[in-house]
Amino acid sequence: MSSGFRSSRGGVTIDLDAGEASILRSLVGQILGLVERGQTGDDPLERALGIGAAETPSDPVLARLFPSAYADDDEAATEFRRYTEATLRDGKRADAEVLLETAEQGRVRLTGEQAESWLRALNDVRLALGVRLEVTEELHDQLAEMAEDDPRYPAYVTYDWLTYLQDTLVRALW
Amino acid sequence: MGSTAPAQVERPAADVRPDLPWLAIVWNDPVNLMSYVTYVLQSVFGYPKAKAEKLMLDVHHKGRAVVANGTREEMERDVQILHSYGLWATVQRDSA
Repeated sequence: MSSGFRSSRGGVTIDLDAGEASILRSLVGQILGLVERGQTGDDPLERALGIGAAETPSDPVLARLFPSAYADDDEAATEFRRYTEATLRDGKRADAEVLLETAEQGRVRLTGEQAESWLRALNDVRLALGVRLEVTEELHDQLAEMAEDDPRYPAYVTYDWLTYLQDTLVRALW
Repeated sequence: MGSTAPAQVERPAADVRPDLPWLAIVWNDPVNLMSYVTYVLQSVFGYPKAKAEKLMLDVHHKGRAVVANGTREEMERDVQILHSYGLWATVQRDSA
């Protein structure tokens, strides 16, 4: 397993083996597919202006990636979502694309800007996996006690590795 | 006598109060890392690391923390940026 991110002149670096690069690309590709399925309004003018769907997504992963901005005010939450979700979606798509373009076997060198995209893209993957796996803050300890033939084990290991990558990236950027 | 001055738009008094009555709140969740939340608060708001860490710990231990206050528009913009980083953030009127 890789040793995580290190800071370097003008950015950060990480050494990825073929398997790691492949897992990253696969997971981020799934996020890209998920956020691309978003809907915009039927009105052509609204589409042109990037005014999007007003409803909270029913998929819990999408609901976590595109959370409600008002806890107790559905009307305000709907308006906010209509005017901001398309932008948020574009940002997530752009971040995912940066990771897909740069995650390759060998030494990956990222500029500060690319590293920010990686941070957000890794977090989106962790949020999506976290919802699906119903993770708790004790995941790392749970994993230590989990039998390797537990059906959840591979997914938990992947999640834990992504956590490690993201944490080393934050520390490399500080 | 007629007036050419534009009619005054009536607004609820709260919208023009100068004392910044809206809040951006970050909620605890089991995925976002303590290091990452601190980094995002520093990066988005320009807070010194010590302040960002204190807010992060409030989120972690108390379940939520007010991370900024200002006009409604400012808080919506901040929450939109926090959502781009995957933090669970909401806007609300300051009830104090």
